[in-house]
Amino acid sequence: MTIHTQGEAELARSALAAAAGRHFGRVAEIEGLVRQSGGASRQTWSFDALVGGRRHGLILRRDPPVNGKTDREQSVSIDRATEFRVLQAAHCAGVRAPEPLFELEPEDGLGEAYVMRRVDGTAIARKLLRDPPYAAARGLIAGQLGGIAAAIHATDTRTLPPLKRREAADHIAGLRRSLDLLASAQPVFELALTWLDRRKPRPLDNPLLVHGDYRTGNYLADETGVTAILDWELAHLGDPLEDLGWLCVKSWRFGAVDKPAGGFGSREELWDAYERASGRTVERARAHWWEVFGTVHWGVICLNQAWKHLSGSIKSMEHAAIGRRAVETEVDLLQLLKAEH
Amino acid sequence: MAQDRPTASELLTAIADFLREEAMPVVDRSEPRLGFQMRVAVNALAILEREGRLGPAADAREHRRLVRLLGREGTLAELNRELARQLRSGERDESDAALMAHLEATVADKIAIANPKWK
Repeated sequence: MTIHTQGEAELARSALAAAAGRHFGRVAEIEGLVRQSGGASRQTWSFDALVGGRRHGLILRRDPPVNGKTDREQSVSIDRATEFRVLQAAHCAGVRAPEPLFELEPEDGLGEAYVMRRVDGTAIARKLLRDPPYAAARGLIAGQLGGIAAAIHATDTRTLPPLKRREAADHIAGLRRSLDLLASAQPVFELALTWLDRRKPRPLDNPLLVHGDYRTGNYLADETGVTAILDWELAHLGDPLEDLGWLCVKSWRFGAVDKPAGGFGSREELWDAYERASGRTVERARAHWWEVFGTVHWGVICLNQAWKHLSGSIKSMEHAAIGRRAVETEVDLLQLLKAEH
Repeated sequence: MAQDRPTASELLTAIADFLREEAMPVVDRSEPRLGFQMRVAVNALAILEREGRLGPAADAREHRRLVRLLGREGTLAELNRELARQLRSGERDESDAALMAHLEATVADKIAIANPKWK
């Protein structure tokens, strides 16, 4: 295992030296290369490139050829090249996101991969919610997330690569397909999906860029609050309130249950900031619909993660254990449906 | 034939305590990523302990309620499949008080095993 990882790091180092050399137009030395994320697929590596006496703090995002994704995940997540172009468009539009620098070539041998600038901050919810250095930031994050969401949704869709359009009806059909594949009867999720189906919001005439995984854990923050939005692999075109609803799913409050906006503030704080920045009114019923949808969505993802282990596509205790978290969203759904008038 | 003490529940608790109190601090120092995995494992052992203690009675209650709600006999899996079918087709929905009482009770029993601290 260690030998394998060592070999992988060596391969990455020489490929990055060559690619960074091409990008910066002069010899690049690679230092401090470390793998950040745990999984076999969707890897993130951090490193410095020394170019002509200047040090660039960088991040490599790569997909090695192997993967253990379910069919559903393959159909919803975008490839690295598309992610790179979405990030370019969002960054150009002024979204607080890492600056994408260059893509690697197939002959570099790292699979699909690109490099972006490293941004300071932590994504670890537990630290942001409880550690003293972030005390002031905690009061700012909900409002900042509203403003940044508005900036994402204001990205000119003509600057984006081709993305799938995914509306309420597509999402519902996708989750029902997932439940059928899992072949385990899920009365609470079925109840919620029928509730959602009967109240589907009308698709927008002009669908907007939706981040698709806008939640605590997927952005970096420091003492000043949010520094960068990460994890763009579920980007698509659709209803912008999908992002706000997903952010409010109880699982992303990491214990701060009385603060629906990602564990940091009220829904109203989030919506007010969004309305100020976007100039659009947040329809309350539509926002609620997307929060209910997000809650079912996370529940089904939990079951899917467990299924990856159970089907043998990846062997992982962590994935297996997530299956037992699905019931948390059942509790949340019964609360949400009761709160509905 | 009955097994000797410790009971399944006592043995699971002993394993979880050992991992949490003795093994985890060592692993946290040497291999933080494994430390996280070990927390997941300890948590899963606690789920098994609660399931062993509370699961059979919870399943029996769920089965009794489903028989009454659906007005037919069947295994727990069969009855839940039938209920799921009715809910997808919209034959039943949240306006059905007996249905909602059943789901509330079932989810309360499930969360008491999977994560009693969830609220």
